[in-house]
Order: sequence, then structure tokens, then C-alpha cells
Amino acid sequence: MTGARRGAVMIGASAGALEVLSLILPRLESDFPLPVVVVVHVPPDRRSVLAAIFDAKCRLRAIEAEDKEPLAAGVICFAPPDYHLLIEDGDTIALSNEDQVLFSRPSIDVAFESAADVWGDAAIGIVLTGANQDGAMGLKAIAAAGGTAIVQDPGEAYARAMPEAAIAACPEALVLNADGILSYLQSIIR
Amino acid sequence: METFDRIEDIEIRLLLEALYHRYHYDFRNYAMSSIRRRLRQAREQMGVATISALQEAVLHDPDMLPKLLRYLTVQVSEMFRDPGYFRAIREKVVPHLKTYPSLKIWIAGCSSGEELYSFVILFREEGLEERTIFYATDINPDALAQAEAGVYQVDRIRLFTENHRRAGGRTSLSDHYRSGYDRCVFDRSLRRNVVFSDHSLVTDQVFGEMQLVSCRNVMIYFDRSLQDRAVGLFREALPRNGFLGLGAKETLRFSRHADAFRDFVREEKIYQRTGT
Repeated sequence: MTGARRGAVMIGASAGALEVLSLILPRLESDFPLPVVVVVHVPPDRRSVLAAIFDAKCRLRAIEAEDKEPLAAGVICFAPPDYHLLIEDGDTIALSNEDQVLFSRPSIDVAFESAADVWGDAAIGIVLTGANQDGAMGLKAIAAAGGTAIVQDPGEAYARAMPEAAIAACPEALVLNADGILSYLQSIIR
Repeated sequence: METFDRIEDIEIRLLLEALYHRYHYDFRNYAMSSIRRRLRQAREQMGVATISALQEAVLHDPDMLPKLLRYLTVQVSEMFRDPGYFRAIREKVVPHLKTYPSLKIWIAGCSSGEELYSFVILFREEGLEERTIFYATDINPDALAQAEAGVYQVDRIRLFTENHRRAGGRTSLSDHYRSGYDRCVFDRSLRRNVVFSDHSLVTDQVFGEMQLVSCRNVMIYFDRSLQDRAVGLFREALPRNGFLGLGAKETLRFSRHADAFRDFVREEKIYQRTGT
């Protein structure tokens, strides 16, 4: 199946990421019509097991991105440790070793801003639980480009700082709990 | 909306053309996403309103060029970065290299030299240094000068030392530098067999036959067509059974030249040239 739709679902998460992603990603159907790109703050000096965990749990395929990986509908692509992940024109992934942003590499802001540049109103950004400010500026960029901005309800989040910062930077964002985010994603049709 | 902020993209393309025509630095086939990001940073930090203003400045003031190059070329490296890579070079590649009477090693995109010194120290430890010529190339003259100086901030040495140990180092890293104040100076003798040279993977040609090319986290900044060009150069430089090492998250899977290489140490992105 080729993705007829433009854009992708960009998800950013930090502290508490595994739990909330487990409420969302395994429940996506195998015909989900968009690529899913996930940026989680992971330690730089170790291999990440996120892709393996979710590949086992999900109906969708989950992989860790390598440079110039083409995005495909229904494939969940995780940012690798110690690299920024950016979206290139032509819907491929480009990695970068640039400086950390807000002490993070990968940075959610970097990924989201590149998605806003490439897809404009077809970008969907979702900021989940986390204990810092990363993602706020990126979500704002997606909203400014006409894309869809979604934030996990801080009251439900394991760590509320990141969703709160995202709401402050992007007041027009939809604020949803994990079930609401899942319902939104399930409503996306080809 | 087809493309967001199209004016900025036009400005970026024009600036890259200007850099090429005025100074022969060719960033036109670099990955746009990260160029865009770094030019925005340059614009903000140089206090100008538009990318066009950056272009105006760099066209008319050659002093602006090094400043802009610092944004356009990413200089992030550490000694023995990804220790598993250097351990694999030591344990899997070096035994092959030991069968050659003389060796040429190319560190392509050596930046400020951390990877070069990692290789020289490793080769010294393995008894290969004396029969090896190391070619360390980069497009950024400031970075090459730093590489040639071999001086690093002392606060980075702890990481370098830990990496070296994890890479299976047989000596103490401190055997290879002297420290004073806040800096460490790597031993001049490490540069005895090194040729530093200005070389661009974008515009220049191959300059000799190499037994090993290490080009790590350089091509991530290129687009697919430019990656193909660079890998084509490595293909040309490497004889049958020569080695190519890439960064941890780089791959030849998407390369036009994938068939000319086989996985040698798959998990460390070390490839070997086939006969094709």
C-alpha cells in the first residue's frame, strides 16, 4: 500500500514515554494511513530498545531510523540515540549530529520544525509526557504552518512539564488524554 | 498550502548558489532540513532579518565566509566515538591490514581531528603506524588547522579516555598527550605520517588507492544524490577487499553503489569492497 496522504504523525515524549506510547501505538490498525515518527529522549551512549519493544507489541512495523530512511504509511520510525532526526523534502529522514537542543539529542523541537517545513498543514504533532520544555517550539511551528497540534492532558501525564510548556507555546493545541489521542488517530482515514 | 515559507527556501537556494559561485563551496546538494535550520540560527545570531541579508553580507565581505562556514559545517566529534566501532576495527579489520606491507588510510571529513588521532593511536598500539600514511581531509580550513594542532579542551579528556578504554585501548591515553592549564596537546609524533589536506567530497576527485576509508557522520548532511557521489569516490579509492567505515546510523542500503560493498561488521557499519 502506498500512502496516498501527505504528512506524518510526529510524536514527542520524554519521562514516562514508554507507558503512554504503550497505550497508543499497539492499538493502531495495520492499515494506518500515515507514517508515524517518534522522538523519545533516550540516553546517548546506549543502544535503544524502543523500536524492538514496539515492533513486538504493535500491528505496525516499528524500526529505528537510519539516515535517508524513506517514510512509509504505517511504519513507526523511532529517532536513534545521540542523533537529531529531521524530515527531508521527499519524505525521507535525515539525521544530524548538531549540538544538543535543551540538553537533548534527539530533540523533539528539531524534528517537529522540520516536519512543519516539509508538510505544512499536513503535519500532525503530538507532545506527550516529559519533564522539560522540548517540543513546545516545534509544536508551535507545526500549528503556525497550519498543521494539527495535539498535547497530552497534563493532568494525566506522568510528567506534566512538557505538555504544559507545549500548551503555553501553542494555546490552540487540542488537549486530549491518551484515549482521546488514540481516537483522533483512528479517525484519520486514507 | 503546497510549501510552507517558500520565500525562505528560495533565499536559501540563492545563498547556496552565491557561495558556490563566489567561493567554490558547494552546499547545493546538502540535506535541506538541516541547512535550513542552521541558516536560521546564523540569521538570528548574526542579527540580520533575512537569509538574503546573509547572502548580501557574505558576497561582499570575505571575512563573513568563515563565520558562515561554522554554521554550515557541523563540527561535533569525540575521540574513539562509538567505541564498538574502533573495537571492531582493532579486532576484525586490523588483522587483515597486517598482511599489507604498506597502508593508506583516508579519514574523510576529519573535522577537528578527533577521529584521526583515534586511528593513529590505535594503529600505534597495533604496530601498524610505521607502515601507514594517514590522509586527513576536510573542506573547512579552520577545522583542518585545529586537527593539525591536536589541541583539545581538558574537560573533554575524561570522555576520550573512557571511549579509548572501551575501544580496547592497549595504552593509557595519557601516554599520548601533555596537559597544561585547560588544554591537552596531543603528541607531535602522532602526526608524523599524516597528510592534512583540503578535499571536498562534493567537487574533488579521488587521490589514490586506500586500504581503509573512514567517513563517519559526514554524509548524513548530504542528500541522496550527493551521497551517491561520495560513496562513488570511496568505491573508486578502494581496491577489492578494502574497507569502508560509516557512522552508527548511516547505511549503504539506499546507495546506488550498495552492490559494490558487502557487510563486514554489520552492527558497526564496516563494509568491505567486493570485486564488482
